[in-house]
Amino acid sequence: MVATSLKLRELIQEIREAKTQAQEREVIQKECAHIRASFRDGDPLHRHCQLAKLLYVHMLGYPAHFGQMECLKLIASPRFTDKRVGYLGAMLLLDERQDAHLLITNSIKNDLSQGIQAVQGLALCTLSTMGSAEMCRDLANEVEKLLLQPSPYVRKKAVLTAVHMIRKVPELSNIFLPPCAQLLHERHHGILLGTITLITELCERSPAALKHFRKVVPQLVQILRTLVTTTYSTEHSISGVSDPFLQVQILRLLRILGRNHEESSEIMNDLLAQVATNTDTSRNAGNAVLFETVFTIMDIRSAAGLRVLAVNILGRFLLNSDRNIRYVALTSLLRLVQSDHSAVQRHRPTVVECLREPDASLSRRALELSLALVNSANVRAMTQELQGFLESCPPDLRADCASGILLAADRFAPTKRWHIDTILRVLTTAGTYVRDDAVANLTQLIGGAQELHAYSVRRLYSALAEDISQQPLVQVAAWCIGEYGDLLLEGSCEETEPLQVEEEEVLALLERVLQSHMSLPATRGYALTALMKLSTRLHGDNNRIRQVVSIYGSCQDVELQQRAVEYNTLFRKYDHMRAAILEKMPLVERGGPQGDEEAKESKAAARLLETAAVPTEPQASKLLDLLDLLDGPSGDAQHPPPLDPTPGGALIHLLDLPCAPPPAAPIPNLRVFERKGLQLNLSFVRPPETPALLLITVTATNDSGGDVTHFICQAAVPKSFQLQLQAPSGDTVPAQGGLPMTQLLRILNPNKAPLRLKLRLTYNHFGQSVQEIFEVNNLPVETWQ
Amino acid sequence: MIQAILVFNNHGKPRLVRFYQRFPEEIQQQIVRETFHLVLKRDDNICNFLEGGSLIGGSDYKLIYRHYATLYFVFCVDSSESELGILDLIQVFVETLDKCFENVCELDLIFHMDKVHYILQEVVMGGMVLETNMNEIVAQIEAQNRLEKSEGGLSAAPARAVSAVKNINLPEMPRNINIGDLNIKVPNLSQFV
Repeated sequence: MVATSLKLRELIQEIREAKTQAQEREVIQKECAHIRASFRDGDPLHRHCQLAKLLYVHMLGYPAHFGQMECLKLIASPRFTDKRVGYLGAMLLLDERQDAHLLITNSIKNDLSQGIQAVQGLALCTLSTMGSAEMCRDLANEVEKLLLQPSPYVRKKAVLTAVHMIRKVPELSNIFLPPCAQLLHERHHGILLGTITLITELCERSPAALKHFRKVVPQLVQILRTLVTTTYSTEHSISGVSDPFLQVQILRLLRILGRNHEESSEIMNDLLAQVATNTDTSRNAGNAVLFETVFTIMDIRSAAGLRVLAVNILGRFLLNSDRNIRYVALTSLLRLVQSDHSAVQRHRPTVVECLREPDASLSRRALELSLALVNSANVRAMTQELQGFLESCPPDLRADCASGILLAADRFAPTKRWHIDTILRVLTTAGTYVRDDAVANLTQLIGGAQELHAYSVRRLYSALAEDISQQPLVQVAAWCIGEYGDLLLEGSCEETEPLQVEEEEVLALLERVLQSHMSLPATRGYALTALMKLSTRLHGDNNRIRQVVSIYGSCQDVELQQRAVEYNTLFRKYDHMRAAILEKMPLVERGGPQGDEEAKESKAAARLLETAAVPTEPQASKLLDLLDLLDGPSGDAQHPPPLDPTPGGALIHLLDLPCAPPPAAPIPNLRVFERKGLQLNLSFVRPPETPALLLITVTATNDSGGDVTHFICQAAVPKSFQLQLQAPSGDTVPAQGGLPMTQLLRILNPNKAPLRLKLRLTYNHFGQSVQEIFEVNNLPVETWQ
Repeated sequence: MIQAILVFNNHGKPRLVRFYQRFPEEIQQQIVRETFHLVLKRDDNICNFLEGGSLIGGSDYKLIYRHYATLYFVFCVDSSESELGILDLIQVFVETLDKCFENVCELDLIFHMDKVHYILQEVVMGGMVLETNMNEIVAQIEAQNRLEKSEGGLSAAPARAVSAVKNINLPEMPRNINIGDLNIKVPNLSQFV
């Protein structure tokens, strides 16, 4: 039996000689069978060899759970050889989730107190790696005793085990806090390192501990100073820097202790300056210490001169030829960009240089930092650089870069035209990587910039003509061409090159988009609707459009088919309504619960025409009756309250009618405040699709002889409500009935609780500053029911 | 805190796998493979830092690696560790291996995986840095090896003997040994079985 089972070396040799995965698996399965048999027979002498083999195959990925109990037996054995392998097995195979792990608690307890330091070390190591909360609680006292035992080897391990225990069972902090003071007097670096780690952990977990340990700041400063000024090479030195690991840990602890605490920061100032200037930066170890010093300086209440020194050190690191240093420098600057923005701005050119690095890690960091550094002063230059980066960057960074540019453009765009150009360029370069709302944002932006309609539609047309594969671009272009096709054909626009476009070309392009296999269903939808809109914008005879529309009436895609059928009906039966329905759209409200307004409008049209397309006479006549009704003046009580200012007139209201719930009566306005000619009125709107939402428009009018300035209105509602104040139209209400100031309040009332509203007004009127706080009484019941 | 320490060769075969955070077995193997793929993509003259792969926790963790001849040493750490410090730590670990194995090479790690674990345990414990003084680490390892050897020597002899006797295949032994004039009768050893 023993003869056929392999020694560890031989097993490894055989596994290496296996030429295929299957062969390897065979060898291992055979050996595992032997191991299992050996475990069953309970051979104590070779158990450790068998387990060692098992751990080897476990590393290669084969199942080894049947060795768990053997670990326990080995740990319980008196021999060191057995314990060594047993504990290793426990660390690799056992964890909190198996009940077996608790069984080693007793063995660990015995081993901790039995005096051979190698064995104690093993027990502590295992406890700190896989000790569960129960185990930690049981063994806390044993570990505490070992903290003060003579052997430094055992003590340093005990200290780190204490850190693990505190992480698992925070209450144990009480046991491990008192010994720290004494441990700090140790000279053994291993113990010191562990103690600093322990103190750091304690301070991070409890503000009381943090306060307690501020007392030791002078001592820490002293230890660090000794390390820094030691010039002779000690055992712990790495490339001439004495124990950089300990230095870094101390600096980290000093950072935590000095944060937001003037006194501690004062004590550290000199030392930090000393470390910052004296550390040898030619090797990695020195740089590690220097970085930590910089972080500490920036985090505590340090002197201004020291902060400048720190940022300059980082700037110098950015120019270092070692890529690792540059990486850490970029990371550090990213951490500082929020708190010391202007200091970091000075290094912007260097950061932008790093964008061009071939190293993916570096360029990613440079991208994050560049995006954080964009402000209104440098937005044009930075966007230029970032666009260049977008064209050549690796694919996994494209999405971040694109959305970063769009966000920056959104916040800092100097002009609308620049904004549109920027978005256009991003869509052309990296269209597939932009977020979904980019299309909606761009259409909203273009829609709002009336003077740029002609410019936008031309640019988009040229871009589309070149490339119909970038879906967001195609969608926006299709929408634009649909809306502003007439401007496209007019021919003259100073801002772009003269572009002669024929009607047929435009239609052909849209048809290409419709037919292309690269177009998504949504894109096709846009293109179809655009074609439809062009039927009213162009002067041709629409035959081509009618043809396309009727073809798509039998399209496989349900959405397209529906649209095509309705548009067809629009051509055939309701041609007289076509012009009004396909009018230019009003400006959509950005975001909010209304979603894609374009889809909504066409869906509303669709639903209307659906009811109309059913060939039953009574329905059609009912529709016509409604039309008649609306033409009359008595119809307004039937309307839902208007959501947006709609220039289309009565017919647009009709479109809302079938899909809206029974229209609510408009809520009467309420005057809430009046003082010396300044009046405050509230008007209420409850949009029918969102019953929990209440929109209040606060209007301030001024009939008096003096201007009202610095007007601020604030509101408060009970806790179950959500209130959002939008920006007011201004803060001045001119005298003698001048332009009133309006402000919109959005209140969400999901529980339909009674509404209570308190308003606070502050303003200057007739040379006096006024402050009024009052609750709004007599709120109509319809505002919240 | 150090999440994991992985050592694998240029083909992705694991030579040392040590996790300080609990992951199920299959995930451990996947992490090794994923880390290997991430690290393999890196050229030799770019920086030694990478974002962690998705299995190990994504961008909250960093992979800090060094490439020595045929082996990659990868430490996966969270943001509380100093990146440059870990680079030095890897160097300390490798130099310690060098001292313990006399010019360490990949074969040493392959055939003495358990010893490498024991050395690692003296440097990093529970995911935290324990000792960075090479002389101390080496002294400790040598003391432990001596302890093991002393158990394997004379003190183990009686146990070995018993085990050897138990494994004698008695039926095969001849009953009589005839060498020339000598006739030795082999005693019946069945009572020892």
